[in-house]
Amino acid sequence: MNGSKLQQVLGSGKFALTAEVGPPRGANADVIRQKASRLKGYVDAVNVTDNQTAIVRMSSISSCVHLIRMGVEPVMQMVTRDRNRIALQSDIMGAYSLGIRNVLCLSGDHQTFGSQAEAMNVYDIDSLHLIHSLKRMRDEGKDMSGFELNEAPKMFIGAAENPFADPFEYRVIRLAKKISAGAEFIQTQCVYDLPRFKEWMRLAHENGLTEKVHVLAGVTPLKSARMAKYMASRVSGMMIPEAVIKRMEGAAKAQAAEEGLNLCVETIQELTEIKGLHGIHIMAIEWEETVPEIVRAANLYPRPHVSESGDSSAQEIPYRQ
Amino acid sequence: MIVGEQKPLAEIKSSVRPYSKLLILGCGTCVKTCFAGGEDEVGILASALRLALKKDGQTATIDELTVERQCEDEFLREAAESIARADAVLSLACGAGVQMVASRYAETPVLPGLNTTFIGILDKPGLFTEKCQACGNCMLDVFHAICPLGRCAKRLLNGPCGGSQMGKCEVNRDTDCAWQLIIDRAKAFGQLDALAAYIPPKDWRTSYAGGPRKLLREDLVI
Repeated sequence: MNGSKLQQVLGSGKFALTAEVGPPRGANADVIRQKASRLKGYVDAVNVTDNQTAIVRMSSISSCVHLIRMGVEPVMQMVTRDRNRIALQSDIMGAYSLGIRNVLCLSGDHQTFGSQAEAMNVYDIDSLHLIHSLKRMRDEGKDMSGFELNEAPKMFIGAAENPFADPFEYRVIRLAKKISAGAEFIQTQCVYDLPRFKEWMRLAHENGLTEKVHVLAGVTPLKSARMAKYMASRVSGMMIPEAVIKRMEGAAKAQAAEEGLNLCVETIQELTEIKGLHGIHIMAIEWEETVPEIVRAANLYPRPHVSESGDSSAQEIPYRQ
Repeated sequence: MIVGEQKPLAEIKSSVRPYSKLLILGCGTCVKTCFAGGEDEVGILASALRLALKKDGQTATIDELTVERQCEDEFLREAAESIARADAVLSLACGAGVQMVASRYAETPVLPGLNTTFIGILDKPGLFTEKCQACGNCMLDVFHAICPLGRCAKRLLNGPCGGSQMGKCEVNRDTDCAWQLIIDRAKAFGQLDALAAYIPPKDWRTSYAGGPRKLLREDLVI
């Protein structure tokens, strides 16, 4: 079976682009197919969230399969909130057998934020443990008990980092821990506070971490000033500077969305200048149709072509070392 | 201590309704310390319950007794006569005490008057906070005496999640982020570097996950 195209893009030194889709609240997969069809060709892989914000949705694993059938490479998000180590390892093997090649390991949004707050969480293991066990499964062909698997799931292993969470000084240590555990790519929380992000990247770079892992900076286009304020005050781990909120407020209502997209493109352009940053992760929440426009405006189109043999064509932009 | 809080009076009233001779049995250790089930609370609850039942036109005799610890047979023996006179016991002990009464006095119905909340401390007057999950394999040496199992909403062993901001937990902004506290303390001891080490998954067999636990002390067996 083929390997991860995202890994090939990043491995060949090309600046990578990923996006995100959220599965539907129901058994009809048309929604996810529609969302993914808008992204096809504009990004190298598409993350599929795992019951994000602790709201019950179609499973990440099945939604990933719908994407594969359309020729879109998925990044399967996996949270440790809902499954214990037995179920997680089992789903990893199953996911690999279905053609899934990228996994993003997360602890997940706490269930009390969701629509079924009365649920019990699992948290048998944390995201670092999941990374560690995925690496062992892949490199040693063994599960967490040491049992030899009949085939190793050769996943490209990802993790999240949030440079905007506290304590700031520990964030780089935590990044290093994730890399040692086996993380090969990192997708960050949405960047609005560029100085803080740059400082985090500088520390990561100084510590030699950007040579060991591919960091993709997260961005989310803002639709309105209301959305900016909501995210600043209600979404955990988010940091939106006052200047960004003011800029969104300054735009006339009819132009707010356009201003949000401009801001997003400007952010991407500034991010691409950062040493050691290897890509962008665009989380256009329920606004996937804007991704092609953002990618074109940021001069990140066309995307690298990855052949079956793993060679990629030469016209694309390399990342800065 | 084991912290508990009294159930709402309406709930207690509804659970004792079938009985005309009730014993409210207090416990003089943990739940006394957290003002939920000691002698004073037994007295106050008995008065409130008498009044509430009378208002409903129901007559019931309510006895009061508090023993040192309901979880120890030695003390529970003192309640034998009072329990024999009652139709039912409303225990103001923690869940362990309630079950101890039920197993020793098998013929008398026992009802819980408290909700057992957690193992914790009196943080400041009027505020009790959870500290320990009784996991059965203490790792407080690794975490600078702050337990992420008992105090992190996600029980994370390898550092704070992305929702820790300004030292507070994303689940409740009134709750300190356990990992912020661990890191602050590690820094104060000049040991932040040690927190870069990978902590392997927990073996939960010593916790509730391994089924009901027993502790056998051969040296104490008679």
